[in-house]
Amino acid sequence: MNIVVCVKQTPDTAAIVTVEDGVVSWGDAPVVLNPWDEYAVEEALRIKEAHGGEITAISLGPEDAKEALKQALAMGCDQAILISDPVFAGADTLVVSKILAASIDKIEGTDLVIFGRASVDSDTGVTGPQVARRLGWPALSLVAAISSLDPEGKTIAVERMLDEGRQLVSSPLPAVVSVVKEINEPRYPSFMGIRKASRAEIPLWTAAELGLDEISDPAVMWPDIMAPPKIETEVEMIEGETPEEIAARLVDRLMEEKVI
Amino acid sequence: MANKILVYIDHFAGQVVPASWEAVGVGTSLAEELGGDVVAVVLGHEVEEFAQNAIQFGAGGVLVGDAPELKDYRPEPFASVLSQLAAEAEVLLFPTTSRTRELAGMVAVDLETGVIPDVVAFEIKDGSVLATRPIYAGKLLTKVVCSEKRPQILTLRGRAFPKPEPDPGRSGEITPIEMELGEITTEVTGYSESKVGVSLTDAAIIVSGGRGVSNNPQLSPPAEITDESEQEIWRAQQGFALVGELAQVLGAAMGASRAAVDAGYIPYEHQVGQTGKVVSPDLYIACGISGAIQHLAGMRTSKTIVAINRDSEAPIFKLARFGIVGDLFDLLPPLTQAFKDRLGS
Ligand SMILES: Cc1cc2nc3c(=O)[nH]c(=O)nc-3n(C[C@H](O)[C@H](O)[C@H](O)COP(=O)(O)OP(=O)(O)OC[C@H]3O[C@@H](n4cnc5c(N)ncnc54)[C@H](O)[C@@H]3O)c2cc1C
Ligand SMILES: Nc1ncnc2c1ncn2[C@@H]1O[C@H](COP(=O)(O)O)[C@@H](O)[C@H]1O
Repeated sequence: MNIVVCVKQTPDTAAIVTVEDGVVSWGDAPVVLNPWDEYAVEEALRIKEAHGGEITAISLGPEDAKEALKQALAMGCDQAILISDPVFAGADTLVVSKILAASIDKIEGTDLVIFGRASVDSDTGVTGPQVARRLGWPALSLVAAISSLDPEGKTIAVERMLDEGRQLVSSPLPAVVSVVKEINEPRYPSFMGIRKASRAEIPLWTAAELGLDEISDPAVMWPDIMAPPKIETEVEMIEGETPEEIAARLVDRLMEEKVI
Repeated sequence: MANKILVYIDHFAGQVVPASWEAVGVGTSLAEELGGDVVAVVLGHEVEEFAQNAIQFGAGGVLVGDAPELKDYRPEPFASVLSQLAAEAEVLLFPTTSRTRELAGMVAVDLETGVIPDVVAFEIKDGSVLATRPIYAGKLLTKVVCSEKRPQILTLRGRAFPKPEPDPGRSGEITPIEMELGEITTEVTGYSESKVGVSLTDAAIIVSGGRGVSNNPQLSPPAEITDESEQEIWRAQQGFALVGELAQVLGAAMGASRAAVDAGYIPYEHQVGQTGKVVSPDLYIACGISGAIQHLAGMRTSKTIVAINRDSEAPIFKLARFGIVGDLFDLLPPLTQAFKDRLGS
């Protein structure tokens, strides 16, 4: 089973994110491997442990996206590739999916591509299905369990987490999967893994190397980024002598304010 | 040709996702500004009834794609049909659900156009939709526009837009369509429905429990439970039973913090937050939840938040409209009773 895992570098979810003049910053909070992508890497490792094969982690981003790739390597991926070129700046998911699909084409011999559910910064959750569409492979999104995998017969069966419950789907390989957190518990990188990752050479692929000489313009632009309106709530504490009294007061207030 | 505004009606197991009607409403207001017709699209098998409903909620006409192959939802054939229908459209709208993010993205690839997921507000600027959507888990908002390519594809967050009043007297044309389904290589082999009860994302009221629901030392687990973490889970189940009773009286959905989910108190389907569901009910009652930033990411747009917590310094009180400092085990039973008395159920 040859697996490609697509990973993104994102600011830590605990970071305080601010914006000034359209420029987003997260202070000195660390950047990390997108938390959803940890589940993708972990699932790739588990498949490899069961069936053998090679895992390649790829990330599209600026030079410092190498940190996310290093974390993927430290967890146990075999190799990592950084896809980076100044012409990729400002790419929307339409363009990102084109670049990732071209990269997966170039890797060759891939049986399975694994994505996280969404990036915690842009939170679109569409990149995986878009890459699947470009490759012409089945999109198995929001997978909560891989129930069977047959590398020889080239088939996979998964449980998809829809809003209403789980849908069981079987599909031929190659296929594109995106995973949700129910699927596994990501491991911590081992000491050996971290050492190996820190020494690893991470090749860089540019637009020219991917044969993407004409990279199309993004279809969407984001002209304005702003802080959400301050929620103007002044908390009103409900007090009373007994729990019954407090409960009755809260219900009164909710009815007065026509909340219920 | 008039601008066409297509609205995809999402449904599952015989039920339309209510946010689909909100999308029809948004389609109607877009048509007022941009001109053109609002046309609903219903794909599936034996789904004629949904087409009638779409008209009542305001669609001018409905395109119905009915085929046995579309009985089970699979993204590939659904996306293929939508791409054929939307090729000439000005706007394609979806309600945001677990199915439509992928559908919207795949149609965007087919038609080489832009996709804007999870929109919470919009305006029209220079003939294009200028959409607002949350990023960084709602810590920021961004405006997004697809100014040149067409159709503009948007998915609309549930409960972010008003649901139109249905008008049973409305009429409109329902047109069956010819479809190219393409090759379908995947097969749906079954379902296991979750037992979430009222769906979190559609719920008008949500009652949620956090780690605090297990914190009642006075409850003594049965003697046969000796394992400490199982004792904790047993306690949490007593706590969640109180949360559930309140939810039932209010016709509410039950939510949870990640701490409660990770500790095994309640299944993941109930998790609210950055790595759970994003919800926006009229009323959110948080019981024994501290209000970590990742939890707030999932519920901060709730209209009214009530927090019940023992710790008066808990950050949840900063976002809440009403707060009670106290023990949820003491407070929930009388609260449930008070609602029962007042709501007469
Ligand atoms: C990448 C990442 C993603 C995350 N995603 C999510 C997410 O999607 N959703 C989410 O919720 N969290 C998420 N978290 C976890 C989050 O940071 C918090 O750890 C979690 O929300 C805490 O849950 P809690 O409030 O139930 O528990 P605690 O923080 O332990 O709070 C329990 C509260 O209960 C109160 N309490 C205790 N006993 C009682 C009692 N008897 N009566 C009344 N009050 C009582 C306490 O005062 C306390 O405030 C995420 C974290 C990370 C790092
Ligand atoms: N720049 C990127 N490089 C590699 N993978 C990415 C990139 N952006 C998104 N992904 C993958 O696509 C998933 C969904 O991201 P998104 O559509 O941005 O929410 C992520 O969890 C990653 O697996």
